[in-house]
Amino acid sequence: MSSITLKSLRHSYSPNPQTEEDYALRKIDLTWRDRGAFALLGPSGCGKTTLLNLISGLLKPSEGQILFDERDVTTLPPDQRNIAQVFQFPVVYDTMSVYDNLAFPLRNRKLPEAELDERVQRIAKMLSMQNQLKQRASGLTAADKQKISLGRGLVRSDVNVMMFDEPLTVIDPHLKWELRSQLMRLHQQVGFTMIYVTHDQTEALTFADEVVVMYEGQIVQIGTPEELFSKPRHTFVGHFIGSPGMNLLPCEWSAGAAVFAGHRIPLNKNLPHPASSNLQLGIRPEFIRLASEGIPAQIQRVDDVGRYRIIKAEVGGTNLNIYAGEEVEIPSDSLHLDFDPDHTHVYCDGWMHEAKG
Amino acid sequence: MRSERFHDALGRQLLFTLLILLIEVPLGVGIALTMPRQGIGVTICLVLMALPLLIPWNVVGAMWNIFALPDIGLLGKMLNGVGFDYNFTQNPFWAWATVVAMDVWHWTSLVVLLCYAGLRSIPDAYYQTSKIDGATSWQVFRYIQLPKMKRVLTIALLLRLMDSFMIYTEPFVLNGGGPGNSTTFLSIDLVKVALGQFDLGPAAAMSIIYFFVVLLLCWVLYTLMMRDETN
Repeated sequence: MSSITLKSLRHSYSPNPQTEEDYALRKIDLTWRDRGAFALLGPSGCGKTTLLNLISGLLKPSEGQILFDERDVTTLPPDQRNIAQVFQFPVVYDTMSVYDNLAFPLRNRKLPEAELDERVQRIAKMLSMQNQLKQRASGLTAADKQKISLGRGLVRSDVNVMMFDEPLTVIDPHLKWELRSQLMRLHQQVGFTMIYVTHDQTEALTFADEVVVMYEGQIVQIGTPEELFSKPRHTFVGHFIGSPGMNLLPCEWSAGAAVFAGHRIPLNKNLPHPASSNLQLGIRPEFIRLASEGIPAQIQRVDDVGRYRIIKAEVGGTNLNIYAGEEVEIPSDSLHLDFDPDHTHVYCDGWMHEAKG
Repeated sequence: MRSERFHDALGRQLLFTLLILLIEVPLGVGIALTMPRQGIGVTICLVLMALPLLIPWNVVGAMWNIFALPDIGLLGKMLNGVGFDYNFTQNPFWAWATVVAMDVWHWTSLVVLLCYAGLRSIPDAYYQTSKIDGATSWQVFRYIQLPKMKRVLTIALLLRLMDSFMIYTEPFVLNGGGPGNSTTFLSIDLVKVALGQFDLGPAAAMSIIYFFVVLLLCWVLYTLMMRDETN
């Protein structure tokens, strides 16, 4: 097992990148500790898969270094990096049996047959596939095929890092939970460093100790699921995480306070004067309360999602979402809103505006 | 059914079919594997590959006829120049070699194009996984490319099998089925009996047997391959 360090990593698919836009990845500095479970979260096209392929060696970075522990692996081919990767679409060798599929990477590494057999049997048991070993891989379900892809990584004793590139995309919803919990159990049991790429926030937040959120080839925030939820450092994180995401409201700065639609919004900290006038106020739907007085709003629609309701309201031409539990009584047309100062943030040019020091 | 002449023609036909399949299929797969996957090379290769397919049968025959003439043809003169006693009008072996070469030149492209389409449909993840698993390029071919090409290969094989039974124009233009009867395949024989000699009865019988032979071969091949698929 090992930790992974990325140093000033950049990658461009064009041979002569001129501007920042030519880079699929713009300067990534990051350390992932040994045996952790990390998620890479971001929308399609933000560079997640590129980053994964750089770590696995399927791509060579344009600039920068990749270290496994202290060892520089930047120029090593994939089979010498001690990594395993599970792809979005299950990859099995169709003509082989399940057993031969699992044994394939070991045979290529010239492991003695007895040891190989012991390992394959053990992993098959972990994946609860011991009764399917003789079956031909082509006839399996997508979920079983994906388990084999995973198994081909698990059988190898030299694997330091297991990487998953949206592995549950093609799995039926009811099997997703099962596979997900199986994966989490295996991670605890075997203790590999796990990097999990996804654009599904639920998946990222349930899997990982630490989530890396990417946006347009950059890392916008690294943090625990809790931090991402309560303190999004970038408006993208706020908007992307949560369902619905954070309300982002245009605001102005006046006499040391944020003003939204003519109302001073209380904050729990004293902030310096922001450097730019491109300001937004960020507050999650969960932290807006209905009150008898405060900011007046017009209700436009109420969506009942089952356990709770989402109120779509309008304040001075700006739409916002408000979370309301089943027990809350919602007035029919207009209401007053109260923003929780602990969870109201100001964003300057997209980044969180914070007190210095 | 007891006609020796028919048996000979059938024998020649089967041998011809076997030969061209044995050459065209592996050669087609081989060329498809070496074709570029991206860039301008793809277009160039595809156009080059499609060219022979655009040429009508009789033109292929006429072209090769001139190309292979022992005294003035480029191929014939060259082969004779390097010491072979090449003469397709007199020597049955060279006549065969020329007909087979003609067919390979004309139709291998079809196998190539079909296989190339099959290869292009393999997702990158397969190649990436095999790299991580430490597979050799032979293993990539054996366990990824070949199984994924199986369907198109079946179609290529069936098409070439049926087409090879249709061979008529090229040997006819080249040598008229000679020297002697050495390149008289089923179809040429059939035409000789039916239209040359106007023996319609035996010719009708022959054509029915001809039809059943092709049908039987296709059925056997198709069933074998599909059974393999379902297992």
